[in-house]
This record gives sequence, structure tokens and C-alpha cells, in this order.
Amino acid sequence: MKEKKSLNLLAPFESFVDKFKVPLSILVGAFLIAVPFLGASRVAMRNLVMIFLYAMLGMGLNVLLGYVGQVSLGHAGFYAIGAYTSAILTTTYGWSFWTGAIAGACVAALIGFLLGLPTLRLSGTYLTIVTLGFGEIVLMVLRQWESVTNGNYGIRSIPVPELFGWELTLSNGGFYWLILFLSTVTAIACYTIKNSNAGRTLIAIKEDELAATMMGIKTTRYKILAFVVSAFITGLAGAYYSVINNGYIEPNNFVFNYSIQILSVVIVGGMGTIRGMYFGSALLMMFPQVFRFLNQWRFVIYGLLLVLMMQFRPQGALGWQSTLPYKLPRRAKKALAEREKAKTVQ
Amino acid sequence: MMLKITDLNVHYGFIHALKGIDMEVNEGEIVTLIGSNGAGKSTTLGAISGLVKASKGKIEFEGENITNLPAYKVVSKKISLSPEGREVFPALSVEENLRLGAFTRSDKAEINQSFERVYDLFPRLKERIKQPAGTLSGGEQQMLAIGRALMSRPKLLLLDEPSMGLAPNLVLMIFDLIESINKQGTTILLIEQNANMALSVAHRAYVLETGKISLSGDAKELMNDPRVKSAYLGEIHET
Repeated sequence: MKEKKSLNLLAPFESFVDKFKVPLSILVGAFLIAVPFLGASRVAMRNLVMIFLYAMLGMGLNVLLGYVGQVSLGHAGFYAIGAYTSAILTTTYGWSFWTGAIAGACVAALIGFLLGLPTLRLSGTYLTIVTLGFGEIVLMVLRQWESVTNGNYGIRSIPVPELFGWELTLSNGGFYWLILFLSTVTAIACYTIKNSNAGRTLIAIKEDELAATMMGIKTTRYKILAFVVSAFITGLAGAYYSVINNGYIEPNNFVFNYSIQILSVVIVGGMGTIRGMYFGSALLMMFPQVFRFLNQWRFVIYGLLLVLMMQFRPQGALGWQSTLPYKLPRRAKKALAEREKAKTVQ
Repeated sequence: MMLKITDLNVHYGFIHALKGIDMEVNEGEIVTLIGSNGAGKSTTLGAISGLVKASKGKIEFEGENITNLPAYKVVSKKISLSPEGREVFPALSVEENLRLGAFTRSDKAEINQSFERVYDLFPRLKERIKQPAGTLSGGEQQMLAIGRALMSRPKLLLLDEPSMGLAPNLVLMIFDLIESINKQGTTILLIEQNANMALSVAHRAYVLETGKISLSGDAKELMNDPRVKSAYLGEIHET
């Protein structure tokens, strides 16, 4: 009951947004693009960059968790694979960031495919444990395979991306625009997937795997597809991360905590939604900054917040179903009108 | 003969759920399988549709051996199951649910025909095209589950307890629809606990008791059989 009330409060806001969809999105878009000119501090810019980065990571995991309903605790692994592949290609082999990033995403997707092939036959919890192990294995390889990854020392002096001779950095807004671009492209891709045949199939599997099988869907194939797409996005985000971290990455940047952080973004924001990824990321990235005055207590509060969230709003902060009255499609309207007509004739 | 089951055995671990079932379904028929809880009705459907492994025996569909074929392949043989408990996809709209029913097909024009056919049978679904299936009433969800099963244009439609949990007037309506689907040329294998209703629409019937067929024959005759009456129709008769 309580929840119903809060949903009703949302309705006017939602109808307002729906009414002014186009001007509002142009306004927000223009504002977001203009942010670097507004004289924000380096710290603020860095925070913004991290928010968009985690929104992108959230969208990556969301393809798996929100659409097809599989939990992964090893996404830091794909994140690391994307970052290291891109970093090694740009430093040792002199590739540009752009080709390196795409290669990083592709390698992550390939590993995702190879991992998914045997493991996605497992269901639920078992798959989660396998992905947990995967994250640890990746970390182990990064630490031990010194000839390639430079072990615990990590990779240094990763060059910044260049666009037609212009070097992208944090202070000239380049990093910001790049992640704005990447996360927007990811959001559009996720939106397209979600509203395609494949997306519908994925959601069907999440909702009821048995019934989905009865439709003639080979569920394993679609789960692997989601896994590959998810790994690709995460790998791409990893490649981006490799250049913004002062040109330096090490295995500690990809420990288990980061898998959990990505998972938290998805769960707090609202599984299956795209807007939720931005919101969840903003919430989780800003929380430790805003509540710095709480000192060592802030992570206690942070944990408490997550517990309360799960208790009272398991669908996530923005995981609401639209409260607007649904619009009848033209076909249905016509059919209804015809029927009314037939009734009056009788 | 469309479907022929010979000596079908199913084990769940040590439990011998089906102990050698022989059954036939001819083209154009409504055949019903009645029996109490735990008799093995759903297991039989599960074995036909590939959800449950048969440990022994043979299932043939139109002369082709489909025993233990994976479930997603059985659908493409034109056998479609509307599962027990109206398992629709709650977050997807009515239209999306139906579209998934046509997953194995790719002919756009013919799929649209199937849409029209389903909307003809269930005008109520048409009014709710964009509504999430989870917000439909129980009866509407049942219609959607049956409609979705029809979207693959099956030759044989398997219905698992379509009347479960529905109000009496809706039960009547669903059984009317089952008859009209059958008249349009779809063969139906119906599983029911509501033996009375099932026998009244079916041509032939099998009675299943603890994994074995105990009776079979013409539905109208079985309806008057004293053994069926006492066990399933709730009538007390003198001995």
C-alpha cells in the first residue's frame, strides 16, 4: 500500500517528462555536453567521469542480470581483460587507443563466449559461483603472467587517446566527452537490444525459462549471446578505464570489490532499466564523497543503505513500471471502435 | 494416427512415475487424459513435449520418433504445450507474449494471420495488446497461454489443466474455446482434473491411475461408467 502512494506521487512528474520528451532531452543533452565549460574542478570532473563509467559498467552487467536474469560476480574480470588488452596493445605494440579499445572489448567478448559455452548450462547460483571463480582466475593470471602483464607492478605510461591530433585529458574535458559518448552509445545499443526480438526472447527466459523453452527457444544460445554482449560492453569500459587512471593500471584495480560495485549499481538503480544505471551509479559514486565527514562510519552507513534498499525497494530506485495510463495502439483502437459500432447497430 | 505412445516409462530418480503407458491420438480428435493428483498426467505431457526424459518406451508423432527430443525441437515438429498454471511472461505485453509463441516461425504474413486467428478467438486479448501479461486476470492469462501456444500453428495442442483456478463461467468459456479450436482443425490432447467438463468436450478419454492407464474409450461412455463416476465425478453409487 505504501508503495502505491509513492508511485502516485511519481505520476505527475512522469507525465510531465513524457509530454516534453524532446525539448527536455535536448536540454539535458546540451547541458551534459557543456559541463566542461562550466568551470568545474578537477575533482568534480573526475567524479562525473566515474559516474558515467560505472553507468556504462552497470549497463553491461544489466544485459546479463536485468534482461536474462543471470547473476555474475566476475565482471571485474572482463573489465580487467578489456583494460589490459587495450593497455598492452597501445604501450607495447603502439596501437592507437581506438583500435586498442575495440580489440580489448572483442577479447573480453571472446573470453565471455568461451566461458559461457560450458557454464551457461548451469543455472542460477551455480553460474554465479563459476563467475566468482572466473574473476579470481583473471586476477591470478594478471599477477603471475609477468612477461605480458608485468605482474603486480602493473602497466605504466599508457598513452592518452588522440582524436585528429587532439589529446584527450581530464582537464580539457576529453575524458568526460569520451565517456559521455561511450555510455550514450551503450545506452542506445542496450535500448535497441531490449526492444528487439532478441531482447524480448531474453526477457522471456528471465521470466520463465521453462515456458520459454516451450516456445521453441534454445535458451542456452540466448544466454551465451547476452553473456558475450555483456562482456563486450564491460571490456570496452575497461579499455576506457586504462587511459583515465593516470596512465597506469595494476591488478588491484580489478579485485572482487569492483565486481560487487558494478552489481550494486545495477541492483540499486533498478535491474532491467537503463535510466536506473545512471542513477544507481551517481548514487553509489557520490555517496562516499558526500559523506566523507562520517569518516570510517560511512561504509557502515553505505552497507546499511543497501540492506534497507533490498528490504523496502528490491526493484531498485528507478525500477518502477510506468504509472501512465497505457496508450492503446491504433490497431486496438480501431478494433474497439468497430466493436462499439457493431453493438449499437444490434 | 497422429500421436502414438507405446510402453512409456518415466522415472524421477527412484520414483517410477509412469509405468508403461500406451496411448493414441488421431488427427482431428480431442483426447483427454483424466486422473487424480499424482497420477502422472503432467508427466505424460512433459514426456511428449521433451521436458521429461522417458526411461523406456517410444513416442511417435506422424510416424516420426520424437522420444527424448529436446523441448525446443519438439515445438518445431508442430506440437505445442500450454503449460499448467498459465505460465505467461508477466512483464511482457500481450502482443509480445504472442510473438514469442511464433518464435519458431519466420513467415511474416502467415504470422499475422495467426495473430488475427488468436484475436478472433479471444477478442479480449486484442483490447489488451500492449498491457503487461502480469496485469491480466486469471482467465485472460489462460486465454493468452492458449493463444500463445496456438501461435506456433501446432498440429497437436497439449493443454495442461486449462480450467485450473478459474471461475465456473470462465471454465465453461475456456472449454467452448477448446471445442472451437478443435473444429478449426487442431488436434487437442487435454489434461484435466475437472473430469466432467473434460469428458463432455472430448471424443475419447484415458483414465490414468498411479502411472498406469486403468480405463480408456469413448468419452461419453466413460462418463457413464460407474467406476469413473465414483472416482472422478463425485457421484456416490450403491454397490
